[in-house]
Amino acid sequence: MHIMEGFLPVKHAIGWGVAAAPFVAYGIYSVKKQIAANPEQRMLLGVAAAFSFVLSALKIPSVTGSCSHPTGTGLGALLFGPAAMAPVGAVVLLFQALLLAHGGLTTLGANIFSMAIVGPFAAYAVFKLARSLKASLAVSVFLAASLADLLTYVTTSVQLAMAFPDPLGGFMASFAKFAGIFAVTQIPLAISEGLLTVMIFNALARFNPKELQDMKLTDTAEVRA
Amino acid sequence: MKRYQNLLLLIAVVVLGVAPLWLVDKQEAGPDGEEVAIFGGADDKAKGVISEIDPDYQPWFEPLIEPASGEIASMLFALQAALGAGFIGYYLGVARTREKMKRDAEGNEDAAGR
Repeated sequence: MHIMEGFLPVKHAIGWGVAAAPFVAYGIYSVKKQIAANPEQRMLLGVAAAFSFVLSALKIPSVTGSCSHPTGTGLGALLFGPAAMAPVGAVVLLFQALLLAHGGLTTLGANIFSMAIVGPFAAYAVFKLARSLKASLAVSVFLAASLADLLTYVTTSVQLAMAFPDPLGGFMASFAKFAGIFAVTQIPLAISEGLLTVMIFNALARFNPKELQDMKLTDTAEVRA
Repeated sequence: MKRYQNLLLLIAVVVLGVAPLWLVDKQEAGPDGEEVAIFGGADDKAKGVISEIDPDYQPWFEPLIEPASGEIASMLFALQAALGAGFIGYYLGVARTREKMKRDAEGNEDAAGR
């Protein structure tokens, strides 16, 4: 999902930067407020960031014959709300852009938008929907994390198709090409990300039942079950 | 089932990651005799499609620092994963010990109360 350095035309690069900035700013405000209210959640925020750090470093082979990586933003979005992941994802992407030449500074806005904004908001919405439909906690977490992962890559395809419409087929033809690379490759990885997020969620629910209850993610009956 | 859930999930993740290695056939070498690389990055493939759609497009900005070799790049990726995994492991260890101590303390109180 990393659009490479310099591979978005100037106007698009600036546009996505402007679109992403308010989310990052509000995310910082939101994180500060939550940590001030519950200082003991600081470590848990670190875990959410660390999870995204690990998962976005793992390039996993996929059935299409190319490699891609999960994003790990679903966990933090469920724990701290979708806005909180915008600054966290921005840090991960900045690290990769500066040290690894993976992604880039000019494409940072677009990459933040797909990975750290669309993904977390999708995770949050899917989780709420699944819970309201009485899906179990594990199933809800799985759906939230995997759809967030997939939508991140669909967003990247949209961004590239907007910047590089096909001379004949226009936006849709271009989108089909990019989605063929990103979204299809991502399907098994999205499933993996969903499963990994359920794993870490199980571990957190086992040892920190009180924190998760405070965050209104679980109720007592489910943690004990 | 609940007890083995994480183990089963881990196995499923490994299968999902490893299965493509068998499922994807190595492509025939091209007419120029060069082997077609498989399992490259999807990001690189997207770069190829961009130059297909718009052959004149020139990237207008270069990465400030690029890892000097593939080895150094994989070291940095390993470092990124290690830092994250280290922190998660530390947190789970702390949380587990905390819960155990709390349970022991509650057990002692019960014993003293009797």
